[in-house]
Amino acid sequence: MNTIEVYKVELLSGGEMIARFLKDEGVEYIYGYPGGAALHIYDALHRQSDVKHVLVRHEQAATHMADGYARATGKPGVVLVTSGPGATNTVTGIATAFMDSIPMVVICGQVMSYLIGEDAFQETDMIGVSRPIVKHSFSVKHPSEIPMILKKAFYIASSGRPGPVVVDIPKDMTMPNEKFEYSYPESVSLRSYTPPAKGHSGQIKKAVDLLLAAKRPMIYAGGGVIMGGGSELLTKLAQQLEYPVTNTLMGLGGYPGTDKQFVGMLGMHGSYEANQAMHHSDLILAIGARFDDRVTNDPDKFCPSAKIIHVDIDPASISKTIRADVPIVGPVIQVLEEMLSLIDDAPARSNKEAINSWWKQINEWRQVHGGRYDTTSEKIKPQAAVEACWRATNGDAFVASDVGQHQMFTAQYYKFAKPYRWINSGGLGTMGFGLPAAMGVKMNFPEETVVCVTGEGSIQMNIQELSTCLQYGLPVKILCLNNGYLGMVRQWQDMNYEGRHSNSYLDSLPEFKTLMDAYRHKYVEIRTKDELDAKMEEAFAMKDQLVFINCYVDPEEHVYPMQVPRGSMRDMFLSKTERT
Amino acid sequence: MRHIISVLMENEPGALSRVVGLFSQRNFNIETLNVAPTDDPTLSRLTLTTFGSDQVVEQITKQLNKLIDVVKLVDLTEGQHIERELMLVKVRASGAQRAEVKRTVDIFRGNIIDMTPSIYTMQIVGESDKLDGFLQALGGMHILEVVRTGVSGIARGEKTLSL
Repeated sequence: MNTIEVYKVELLSGGEMIARFLKDEGVEYIYGYPGGAALHIYDALHRQSDVKHVLVRHEQAATHMADGYARATGKPGVVLVTSGPGATNTVTGIATAFMDSIPMVVICGQVMSYLIGEDAFQETDMIGVSRPIVKHSFSVKHPSEIPMILKKAFYIASSGRPGPVVVDIPKDMTMPNEKFEYSYPESVSLRSYTPPAKGHSGQIKKAVDLLLAAKRPMIYAGGGVIMGGGSELLTKLAQQLEYPVTNTLMGLGGYPGTDKQFVGMLGMHGSYEANQAMHHSDLILAIGARFDDRVTNDPDKFCPSAKIIHVDIDPASISKTIRADVPIVGPVIQVLEEMLSLIDDAPARSNKEAINSWWKQINEWRQVHGGRYDTTSEKIKPQAAVEACWRATNGDAFVASDVGQHQMFTAQYYKFAKPYRWINSGGLGTMGFGLPAAMGVKMNFPEETVVCVTGEGSIQMNIQELSTCLQYGLPVKILCLNNGYLGMVRQWQDMNYEGRHSNSYLDSLPEFKTLMDAYRHKYVEIRTKDELDAKMEEAFAMKDQLVFINCYVDPEEHVYPMQVPRGSMRDMFLSKTERT
Repeated sequence: MRHIISVLMENEPGALSRVVGLFSQRNFNIETLNVAPTDDPTLSRLTLTTFGSDQVVEQITKQLNKLIDVVKLVDLTEGQHIERELMLVKVRASGAQRAEVKRTVDIFRGNIIDMTPSIYTMQIVGESDKLDGFLQALGGMHILEVVRTGVSGIARGEKTLSL
């Protein structure tokens, strides 16, 4: 008897392919907002239940939600918007993800392909608009290309140095009645894109030799360690060597912030000891970090006696601002594993004594500033509020931050013990990032405590998302360090403009209590120091409610230490009256 | 220092704008630029010249390599290479000037490719310096139009930039 092999060919429309691909790719949530050019896609989404769409109130928030998810998991966040204003509203979110190397796929509707270039209704050249802020972008020319283009988009977004990828899809690529064969592309290869798989062994050996001989070593680890999944290995390496570790703003949690070898964040608002130790070190192991201007201060005065080993997946990050002596291009995991095995095989080290006196020096530096702030003041100091939050959450919350003084205070005083917990816009510095980012985390980690630390300035930049929180039941905790000023702007005006507070005062704040009532959320107010812990606990005890904690903090407070402009790493203001 | 960077890239819409955009975005300069498909129609070859310190040029090549559309690139000035540029020049020439223009073109091994009783249009091929020299030699002439292609280049010997 003849057997007939039956090949099951699935015919799907472009819109259905998108929904189906996302399911096959393992995407659970996408964040977006419908509109004309995306309606076929939205209809396809409506007719399935595997991929859940989260409706935001503004497309910018959709990108930050996807971004928050990506930062908490390392996986690409997915955004769906329509053409024109829907697409342009994602620009700030895409740029935010780009600057911090966050994997993201943004699917934008586009006008019918035959209308492109005619200034059609809601037409924007999104490929052009987004070009400088994406890792790559695709424009769909035929519906049958959709599965492979999306596969490439996910692959590019999440491999190598991650980043956002835009996929522009004209409406006629998604027509419901035009169906094409669909199969999920299991693999993808691009002749022009091969992310580095392995660091150069000779260079790694050279780096280990330098590490083992160093007298004043520093490990300077950035966000790449977290996104590269290398936190555990980095911790192992540092502890095996017993060398001090500093993290960048993006790298916090990549090494346990509670560990004795951790000397704090470095850079503009880094700790005194981290900046001093960097300046005086003779060997810096920079890993997954990019020597940006907020870290190095004046590059000409940067760490004059240090040799630099720079490990990064992106060759363009190496020797961009600071020349590396030993460049290593490769994935952090592989490079760290190779380093660890070389260290295991190395003979007894001769630098023990030097390391002991290095630690002695660092411990002396720790006494100089030590993250001190005025605890005798009548007013609530923002630092104290962050510490109370740390206590109330057992130091184990996901903390999404907005941008400004509160962000720096959180970076300094919330000791992150684990990677993927600190969610903040480091490179772009996007006010309005915090709340939607926290929502993206909470949606995917419903059992975890998720805090958005914000200010009364930042929170108003995406405050419409309180409505999305209501719709999806997202009980994030919003800790608003309310000082009635744009605090960081005010600090700079105090320091550089003789206290002329040009447009940094918010004198018409909404009644946050009424606002929370309007959205059926909870509200807790903290006005005095003595109620800080009790009120914080009260707020965090309301597990199933969004709680807005309006904490009135001292408007006069500045963030210190602060590096002196155009100085070296060690040149810092330590308070309003002291400098190094 | 002047560098000639030769890029093999996907012949896709948008690829050129990514390359050109990168230069303005990162504050790199482009002196000349030309681009055309290769014998393999899926690939384009782009040649650009730029000025910058070694560190800047290192960044330029790294950033170009990061573009997904860029398949391969080479800084031709790092090795032995041949470079050529083509120039079309239109001058107004009449009377005795016509013989002088003709002589100058011959000296520079160019061709006259179009003429009217009062106009000569010439083609010169060579390194950019030679083209500059020709324009200088035409000094006294009434130059109506100059069109240059920008530099194209290729490595000497066995070295190739190909898949």
